[in-house]
Amino acid sequence: MIETIVFYIFAFSTVVTATAVVTVRNPVHAALFLVLTFFTSAVIWMTLEAEFLAISLVLVYVGAVMVLFLFVVMMLDINIARLREGFVKYLPLGIAFAFIMLLLMLNVVTSDIFSNEAMLEPAAKAADYSNTKALGSVLYTEYVFAFEIAAVILLVAIVAAISLTMRKRTHTKFQNPSEQIRVRKADRLRIVKMPAEGE
Amino acid sequence: MTVELSHYLILAAILFSISIAGIVINRKNIIILLMSIELMLLAVNLNFIAFSHYLNDLAGQVFVFFILTVAAAEAAIGLAILVVLFRNKQSINVEDISEMKG
Repeated sequence: MIETIVFYIFAFSTVVTATAVVTVRNPVHAALFLVLTFFTSAVIWMTLEAEFLAISLVLVYVGAVMVLFLFVVMMLDINIARLREGFVKYLPLGIAFAFIMLLLMLNVVTSDIFSNEAMLEPAAKAADYSNTKALGSVLYTEYVFAFEIAAVILLVAIVAAISLTMRKRTHTKFQNPSEQIRVRKADRLRIVKMPAEGE
Repeated sequence: MTVELSHYLILAAILFSISIAGIVINRKNIIILLMSIELMLLAVNLNFIAFSHYLNDLAGQVFVFFILTVAAAEAAIGLAILVVLFRNKQSINVEDISEMKG
């Protein structure tokens, strides 16, 4: 019973916040609503006994990806009015699109194959069952090749992001301390020999 | 009254439809487009985790783990491209990015 209440509360808030993400005016508010969507989804994942992924969703997505989003949104000077052009014009089209898509998907997922009679909810795991341990034991054995590829993808992402955004500043002035320390008298001072000037 | 598998699938379908509507109605704003893609991935991940739970198979959760990795990489590169774009054109409007006439 309590699972049902928790599911409905968080499912409802997920839908509401997701709707807010795509409709609010300010991109910063959209990013913050997306954070809330991730939190409520993490709770739903928690009720599905995917504890490790629920925590990593909060840590990786909220802690890293969404903070990156917020940084970028706040760094750019955006003209919101121009970005909102066509919002009302495309609203009926968007809703129609989403509605047709939703009907098609509901047609599939509400069939009897997925009902409780056909696919019974498995019994709750024992208290000493560790989801992280079980996930780790298959991740580093059966899926180790995919794991290595994921590591390479992350490396490529780091290299690509840095090389895209890094720029050499040529017009800025800065001090080079090691050159300042290494300087000798001969580098700065020049003694010129010349005959004394007579009257 | 218990929560069935189809409830989770319906929730994922609703989330996916919302993000599709978001892509259509915010088609000028790249930042919201990227956020809608993240929402789509979240809906798919919810499907994977629900099936993983009801079929008692960890493979679904492993797959979600890899989707999270790829989505993080995608967001990082996408935002880097966005920053470079803004630096060059002082705008992130999709309409201003039409040099290639695609």
